[in-house]
Amino acid sequence: MIRIEHPNDPSKDYGTPSPVTYAEIADKSDLDAITGIIDGVEITVAKGTSVMRAAAIADINIPKLCATDSIKAFGSCRLCLVQIEGRRGSPASCTTPFEEGMVVTTQNTELAELRRGVMELYISDHPLDCLTCSANGDCELQDMAGAVGLREVRYGFEGENHLDEVKDESNPYFTFDPSKCISCSRCVRACEETQGTFALTIENRGFASKVSASQSQDFVDSECVSCGACVQACPTATLTEKTIIEAGQPEHSKITTCAYCGVGCAFKAEMKGEQVVRMTPYKNGEANRGHSCVKGRFAFGYATHKERITTPMIRNNIDEQWQVVSWQEAFSFAAKQLKGIQAKYGRKSIGGISSSRCTNEEVYLVQKMVRAGFGNNNIDTCARVCHSPTGYGLKQTLGESAGTQNFDSVEDCDVAMVMGANPTDAHPVFASRLKKRLRQGAKLIVVDPRRIDLVKSPHIHAEHHLKLLPGTNVAFINTMAHVIVRDQLYDAKFVAERCETEAFKQWMQFISDDKHSPENNEKVTGIPAADVTAAARLYATGGNSAIYYGLGVTEHSQGSTAVMGIANLAMLTGNIGRRGVGVNPLRGQNNVQGSCDMGSFPHELPGYRSVADDAVRSTFEKAWGLPIDNEPGYRINNMLDAAVAGEYKGLYVQGEDIAQSDPNTHHVEAALRNLDCLIVHDLFLNETAKYATVFLPGSSFLEKNGTFTNAERRISPVRRVMKPLAGKEDWEVTQDLCNAMGFPMNYSHPREIMQEIASLTPTFSNVTYERLDKEGSIQWPCNDEAPDGTPTMHLDEFVRGKGLFKVTEYVPTDEKVTRRFPLLLTTGRILSQYNVGAQTRRTENNTWHDKDLLEIHPSDAVDRGIVDGDRVKIASRSGETHLTAQVTERVQPSVVYTTFHHPESGANIITTDNSDWATNCPEYKVTAVQISKVIQARQNSEWQDQFESFTEKQLELQPNGKELQHNRDKLQPNSKELADIESK
Amino acid sequence: MIANTKQQAVLLAIDENKHLEGALLPILHRIQHDLGHIPSEHVIDIAEALNLSRAEVHGVITFYHSFKTEPRGKHVIEVCRAESCQAKGGRAIEAAVKAKLEIDFDQTTDDGEITLEPVYCLGNCACSPAVKIDSQLYGRVTEESVSDLIDSLKAEQH
Repeated sequence: MIRIEHPNDPSKDYGTPSPVTYAEIADKSDLDAITGIIDGVEITVAKGTSVMRAAAIADINIPKLCATDSIKAFGSCRLCLVQIEGRRGSPASCTTPFEEGMVVTTQNTELAELRRGVMELYISDHPLDCLTCSANGDCELQDMAGAVGLREVRYGFEGENHLDEVKDESNPYFTFDPSKCISCSRCVRACEETQGTFALTIENRGFASKVSASQSQDFVDSECVSCGACVQACPTATLTEKTIIEAGQPEHSKITTCAYCGVGCAFKAEMKGEQVVRMTPYKNGEANRGHSCVKGRFAFGYATHKERITTPMIRNNIDEQWQVVSWQEAFSFAAKQLKGIQAKYGRKSIGGISSSRCTNEEVYLVQKMVRAGFGNNNIDTCARVCHSPTGYGLKQTLGESAGTQNFDSVEDCDVAMVMGANPTDAHPVFASRLKKRLRQGAKLIVVDPRRIDLVKSPHIHAEHHLKLLPGTNVAFINTMAHVIVRDQLYDAKFVAERCETEAFKQWMQFISDDKHSPENNEKVTGIPAADVTAAARLYATGGNSAIYYGLGVTEHSQGSTAVMGIANLAMLTGNIGRRGVGVNPLRGQNNVQGSCDMGSFPHELPGYRSVADDAVRSTFEKAWGLPIDNEPGYRINNMLDAAVAGEYKGLYVQGEDIAQSDPNTHHVEAALRNLDCLIVHDLFLNETAKYATVFLPGSSFLEKNGTFTNAERRISPVRRVMKPLAGKEDWEVTQDLCNAMGFPMNYSHPREIMQEIASLTPTFSNVTYERLDKEGSIQWPCNDEAPDGTPTMHLDEFVRGKGLFKVTEYVPTDEKVTRRFPLLLTTGRILSQYNVGAQTRRTENNTWHDKDLLEIHPSDAVDRGIVDGDRVKIASRSGETHLTAQVTERVQPSVVYTTFHHPESGANIITTDNSDWATNCPEYKVTAVQISKVIQARQNSEWQDQFESFTEKQLELQPNGKELQHNRDKLQPNSKELADIESK
Repeated sequence: MIANTKQQAVLLAIDENKHLEGALLPILHRIQHDLGHIPSEHVIDIAEALNLSRAEVHGVITFYHSFKTEPRGKHVIEVCRAESCQAKGGRAIEAAVKAKLEIDFDQTTDDGEITLEPVYCLGNCACSPAVKIDSQLYGRVTEESVSDLIDSLKAEQH
């Protein structure tokens, strides 16, 4: 056992995967080593390394076609043949393990002839159009023909061949050209091993072998989820991005971080000048390990979409035409308005909302501007409406408002409990990593009212799918804990050593009560007692158990209670503080973690430290040179309430669309209309901007420098690859506005903002751009105690010292089903769209989901005379909207479900004002509704009609409104569809 | 009605074999036997039952020539085209059968009665040339004897 170096040059393909796990690399473990000789060079590698990989590590590059280091060796192309002393024949180096004392020859005349012969066969059935081929310059077949010295093809090209195979261009992002295919199966294997969808196969056999998507279908109609893994793996032009076909090969690239979900995948932005021609998942990205999904990989076109607004605009009120103005005019106009409001209505009458889509540096500046420039703490963030209960609940119990693990941890997990999350749609790259672990034998418990794909899909299934009723999470968690305590399956030693004794005693008393028994809670949660009992036993005894949860946990009236219940469960079973276990919030947006870390909450300065704490405040006061209010400011919902009441008059919103994303749209709209000054800082004239008086054009993640912090606390660099379309990066805009407000800021690069963050925030103190450039990414806390960052938290003790068990009494939500509203509506996401859809709706991702549908169980549909495709009305206590019904058994009877990606759907017209007791995170996931078939000729609800006409009016008020209106009409799928329905 | 029968046959085949290790081939064999082909619209049922993707099931079905994706005639005539049979005049047999049935390989007569298929060795080399009609193997056939066999198949129909 010795320490072995693990070279991982991201630009090099080592041919076969490393046998060493990420955990072993991270631990710098001693490993069994193998020493042998390849081409006269002595090489020492870890046991299990293939001959091909061992050679590649020594920079001896054996020709290969079917091998690539992201997937297991296959041994089909016969190009990597070598000779091994003492062995007969010429084994394939990819499938032959390197052994002690092995003497390998990779190049000699005999091998050269063999390889040339193999290559000759490949080329005899391949179009010789290299010069005009889209893969020219990036083709392994071409490279190998060169490497083996192919000079002629003796067989001619006259015989039977595949050259006339028809190209499949159905996928909007890539083409499949079977005439270029060499049947190496890399795409098929990538779909299986990397993505875990199994959408591809080789159909037929021998000469007739052909890659087939599902059952010989077009890619877009098949099981393919368009993650791009096959395109990435293809060594020829068979699977090629359409952008590459159009633009040609990129000439430079930069490593950056995806701006979609909280997985935070590292990407290589491949460029031609300032044009992004391809985004490829970065092999050394530690969150994604070289994988991607349809959003990050392909849906980046929104950045240059024609609806981007690239000039500042102002108007006196929302009925006025927008005026295009210079940046300076916009800043003075905005500052004058804000100052005027403060003079008239007081210092606290204005505030700001920061965005989980923006960088840490930008968020930091927004809160700094509010605290220092506006002189109050009226700063909140969109994390309020998603993971604020996570922040609160985990801080209370464990001591830190963040997930406990890294994504690599899933590779050591034996039991995964996925609760209120739909990873295959919302966190696809993590889902692929989880599925891989499940295929290796880990067990899965799914807690969800709806049958998500993880419950059952090729080669994976959930041991238990606990179909609880929306709103009963806490009752469920308590039942789990009750069973574990009742059956004495808890880790008494862990609890005694690591947790507060008194609190645990109290909690034990609480949880032992028979009212939490599976039998008693069965009627509350709807989960059969036997199922929840079995699941609890599996979680407690199955080895390393990890909980992954999403907004299905947090977006409830008891969101914070549920989070604390989850933390209790992890502590109770000792499933925290090591690899493979833990409490893992799956963050919705790219920088939810970061925006919270950066002090976006009205009661907390950066690093989750209270504004009421004099010592903390004085550190910031000293750095910023002015006093900070010691009273917490308004949360988003307080801002809206105060706006309706006429006390709150000015708001700066960066990169969030509260008019679409926040609950009870009627209330939000009323509040926005009541503002005197609404500054919207965004890429597009979004729903909120329709109520704005100042529009400041934003910059996409491709146009700025900064950092994002993903769900595993990983700070990753975002790098500018093109000039901001509007001329300024977002942090510059905030800085200029703040200067106009009279509080000077003078940063010349986000690097300097990070220096300030690090100097003021103990968990960030050793984070620098220099280190990020060198190390790729860093997981906070990163300070003198944890100089390398912290992949796993709470290792020997909890951040708060002793873990705190919190009593989690179940209190049913006020949102109850009645005869008038007998069904429960819950909401979620779909793979191809992202959140309010501002980005993905402006890409070809609409191919998969061009409108939101209402999922309803067949029995509920029959009761209401609804058939698949009917237009239906959804009415709640808050409002009503119309959607198209999809009759499906994915949802259980009495539960209906929709997504909220399209503004005209008005999903938030229906959602209510209810919110989490601790954090005001809205109760998006439970709304009592009634569904009925729409029979009148009008297919839209009243709100939807108003929405349409208001949208049209606001479009006309834009400088180029007429043109946009025209484009929009062309793009509207709905109008034609509605006409079709009406004509029926 | 036919769709129902197909569906039932598929579900039966799944039910009876699902518990086996490597259940896919037994299921496919059973469906092939009962229906004469494996209906592509039911690949999804097989995939779901075994927790496979449709692609995987499709890959297996198309790999084996004996699994058919389209319905065949009531009778199947397989003519061996492997080395031994060719050496013993198999090509003439092929030509004779094609002429008599007025179809080519992998086709079915217009009345839907007989499908002609090539086969590469029936394991009956010692008695070449060989043909197989449904489950019955015939050795040392001649153009005349094959013609008679076809006639008797046709006579059966009437």
